[in-house]
Amino acid sequence: MQQGIFTIVSNRPVSGATYEMVLQGDTSAITAPGQFINIKLDGFYLRRPISVCDRNDSTVTILYKALGKGTEAMTAFAPGKELDILTGLGNGFDVSKSGEKPLLVGGGVGVAPMYLLAKELIAAGKSVTAVLGYNNGGDVFYAEKLEELGVRTIVCTADGSIGVPGFVTDGMKEVEDYTYLYTCGPEPMLKAVYDACKTSGDFSFEERMGCGFGACMGCTCETKYGNKRICRDGPVLVKEEIVW
Amino acid sequence: MVNTKVTLCGLELDNPVIPASGTFGFGYEFAELYDINCLGTFSFKGTTAEPRFGNPTPRIAEFSGGLLNAVGLQNPGVDAVIAEELPKLAKCFHKPVMANISGFSLEEYVSVAEKLNACEQVGWLEVNISCPNVHGGGMSFGTDPAAAAMVTKAVKAVTTKPVIVKLSPNVTDIVAIAKACEDAGADAVSLINTVMGMRIDLKKKKPIIANRTGGMSGPALLPLAVRMVYQVYDAVKIPIVGLGGVSTAEDVVELMLAGATAVEVGAANLVEPYACRNIVEDLPRVMEKYGIKNLSDIIGGAH
Repeated sequence: MQQGIFTIVSNRPVSGATYEMVLQGDTSAITAPGQFINIKLDGFYLRRPISVCDRNDSTVTILYKALGKGTEAMTAFAPGKELDILTGLGNGFDVSKSGEKPLLVGGGVGVAPMYLLAKELIAAGKSVTAVLGYNNGGDVFYAEKLEELGVRTIVCTADGSIGVPGFVTDGMKEVEDYTYLYTCGPEPMLKAVYDACKTSGDFSFEERMGCGFGACMGCTCETKYGNKRICRDGPVLVKEEIVW
Repeated sequence: MVNTKVTLCGLELDNPVIPASGTFGFGYEFAELYDINCLGTFSFKGTTAEPRFGNPTPRIAEFSGGLLNAVGLQNPGVDAVIAEELPKLAKCFHKPVMANISGFSLEEYVSVAEKLNACEQVGWLEVNISCPNVHGGGMSFGTDPAAAAMVTKAVKAVTTKPVIVKLSPNVTDIVAIAKACEDAGADAVSLINTVMGMRIDLKKKKPIIANRTGGMSGPALLPLAVRMVYQVYDAVKIPIVGLGGVSTAEDVVELMLAGATAVEVGAANLVEPYACRNIVEDLPRVMEKYGIKNLSDIIGGAH
């Protein structure tokens, strides 16, 4: 973990209530896709944990949905504004387990960490398929960006307006075989993906957090290997350890 | 040069700054960030006889002046604390540590105290009779003077370490509880633990926290802590460890003026991981600003 001041480079809506923010600063503590950053916002006591969508040596990109007052306030932030951010939080996905044909399943803002993950897997020469789920056609974001990376991308919408009608599990039926599964999304989706998953996999969970770095025990869950803090020992749990 | 040293129950602290139990784990997360030996000491995660998972999630909610938690005393149990946590801690913290203990029965407090009494690393026992987030223990001992005295006496009987009894603000008369603890032999009292509160999710129209209620902490609590420390200082002769909403060196000085010998910092650690180090580093500047040479001289100075 590292604390640093980041400057907003851009902050724009990418669809519906979902925004993309690019931040410039020291990104060296971010070591794996699936990790998150924790942002201090003026007027709010707790930091806002948001997963990393992309990074390079000097910028980090996040996608966030304006759901509560904190994220709503973020939508008004202008380029040039400085933010106090903790980076390099959480374990992240283990790319070494992917095999040759990894499957990535993201739902809603859970699509965000799939981007950096896909980028790293493609760079490693893997044949990557992504199933992305959204509520409706107007919500779709980053599907084209994943395609541009060379990822076979299957979009699913609950309202059926774009791509496969239904949920990510409907999209997963179109994928013949895969060597490992990576997923991030709301818990009911993770459970459905777990039940449909034919291989082992990395599952990224969400929980209300206090600190985001393992001190407060606010986000503990039970696993087959003992209690784990979603913020510190997670957010990624392997399929075999998950207790629903 | 200013002098930040204070003495708490016979043990000298380099400064009065103490991360509060439940906000600092067993120290390692913070030891990765800074040398935690800069602290006066710290109070480790509340420990019970058996391992506890704690409450279901969500355990955390927020408000403009801080946060609410209902972790529910998650801890690995006293035997694991002694076998695993304390040896790990010894590698990164070389000062006496404050052992925070909890129980659901008198026997549990006694057995945990007895075991930790045998640990050389432990400087003080902080006896939590004020956790608002567990049922059938914790705070139920801290809201009645007779029960508070009973726990104090029982723990004192099995330890040679100084016993600091941690008090709840969720009472009509905290002074009466503090006096009962003093009369029962407490070496110090620490106050205040969290204030019981609740937040409701407007979309779900249900309490945010699974436990429904949670303990409030954060800057909103400082005036309440100052008032209660001030009142207790008037009524007891034993030292007071002050806490509640402390996030700056100025807050430390204020609680000491109210009557605190040392000051714990809780919620601030969770949003600003360097909070305690920053307070320690800023203390000399604040002391100079207010003409304080020896920090220990100002204890109770507002009376």
